[in-house]
Amino acid sequence: MSNAVAHPAYDYRTVRHFAIMSVVWGIVGMAVGVLIAAQLVWPDLLASEWTHFGRLRPLHTNAVIFAFGGCALFATSYYVVQRTCHATLAFPNLARFTFWGWNLVIVLAAITLPLGMTTTHEYAELEWPIDILIAVVWISYAVVFFGTIAKRNTSHIYVANWFFGAFILVIAVLHIVNSVQFPVSFTKSYYVWSGAMDAMIQWWYAHNAVGFFLTAGFLGMMYYFVPKQAGRPVYSYRLSIVHFWALIATYMWAGAHHLHYSALPDWAQSVGMVMSIVLLAPSWGGMINGVMTLSGAWHKLRTDPILRFLVVSLSFYGMSTFEGPMMSIKTVNALSHNTDWTIGHVHSGALGWVAMVAIGSLYHLIPKVLGIAQMYSTRLINLHFWLATIGTVLYIAAMWVNGIMQGLMWRAVNPDGTLTYSFVDSLEASYPGYVVRVIGGAFFLLGMVIMLYNVYMTVNDAKEQDTIRDTSEPEPALA
Amino acid sequence: MTYYDWLGVLSVVMLTMFIAIGWWAYSPKNKTRFDDAANSILENDPVDPSNGDKH
Repeated sequence: MSNAVAHPAYDYRTVRHFAIMSVVWGIVGMAVGVLIAAQLVWPDLLASEWTHFGRLRPLHTNAVIFAFGGCALFATSYYVVQRTCHATLAFPNLARFTFWGWNLVIVLAAITLPLGMTTTHEYAELEWPIDILIAVVWISYAVVFFGTIAKRNTSHIYVANWFFGAFILVIAVLHIVNSVQFPVSFTKSYYVWSGAMDAMIQWWYAHNAVGFFLTAGFLGMMYYFVPKQAGRPVYSYRLSIVHFWALIATYMWAGAHHLHYSALPDWAQSVGMVMSIVLLAPSWGGMINGVMTLSGAWHKLRTDPILRFLVVSLSFYGMSTFEGPMMSIKTVNALSHNTDWTIGHVHSGALGWVAMVAIGSLYHLIPKVLGIAQMYSTRLINLHFWLATIGTVLYIAAMWVNGIMQGLMWRAVNPDGTLTYSFVDSLEASYPGYVVRVIGGAFFLLGMVIMLYNVYMTVNDAKEQDTIRDTSEPEPALA
Repeated sequence: MTYYDWLGVLSVVMLTMFIAIGWWAYSPKNKTRFDDAANSILENDPVDPSNGDKH
């Protein structure tokens, strides 16, 4: 293949900014998560008008998904698209605008959500002026990303870019449709949609935010950083093509599984269930493709904690994409819905898959965009790996136990038909699990703090060696 | 043709497209091309330094 061309200079400045802010926002978002987990154990903790659970919970979800995850996606997609297309970023100033615009969105979220300004749509709580800013930033992101692909110096578009591209396009569609609102003031608006239609659009949005923001985008990372870190090509490129089309065609239909036994028409609930079960196939196809990339390179796991992050993230991806289809079956959902099982499932995906694949990718990428050989300390990466893994397992095991216990207690009836347990009985029984969750979350947060220290020291190393450049040195052709 | 007939047509089109993509991806004449694509990210790129620890 004719890819033995001289590399142009890659634009690393915006990548570097997004990568570092991803770590910073990760700590902020996860710290809020640990705080609200602690509020469920000690309800009086910081219980003011602005800092009670109801106001901080959307701040936690927005910060970890859109601030931590979003910055990681911007950083990795800008990095991968340049290196796989052998082209420098199209419109570098527009790319800088996406950095400042996206971070402004995050700051505005951190101000407005505790003040109680909310549209009430889950994972889309931000009010309409911020929604417009998000749309402008996102369209700019699409222009930069697809502009870079358009000016590529390779004939083929590498599979990671297909996943990143689908993520960028779908999120634009989801965000714009799910934000159609009537403003009544600068800080308040009402949705055009109402009733069951509103609920369906909300979960079409939110489930595809999971499917495209938290899955397709991070699979883009997987298809680049796992082969790079393992030093081997992806197990089956052909499987990756089938994986891509099957995944994007199926995810769109699964959102209705959030509305089982609701006012949504029964057939729509069944479609959501069936398509969720079908999703198991592409999800596991992708997971197996990532894991099998290591065949012949398994020994590297002994010495390389970055690779360990990436492989363990795929294990959690496999677990949570098995669990999700099971939970979408209506009879299983009758037990799991509204219990902590759902929270456990989400965090199996969010901590185990999304955060760990992002962390592994960032550890690979950060030294490269700083122009130095490696992170300050590999031992600290290893420590981070174990804190993250143990923290995730503690968190999800506690929520599984709590969730199944709550589901069983809520449905238990006495021979005379009365409920065996009150809601408060189930809440009291949940306390031990809530304590374990705080501990698990704190482990994960501590790992991120260690990561920030490691990144800070790596930046110091790069400053001492004077290797930080806004663009990489052009690399000559090898063949 | 009613709306529901069109849904049936759409299902057939989607299924055909999916089978065609699978056939295209796995057809023997494309094997070299996709193997090259898989290798492309590892070629022409300096080998990553080993993760030796210095602290």
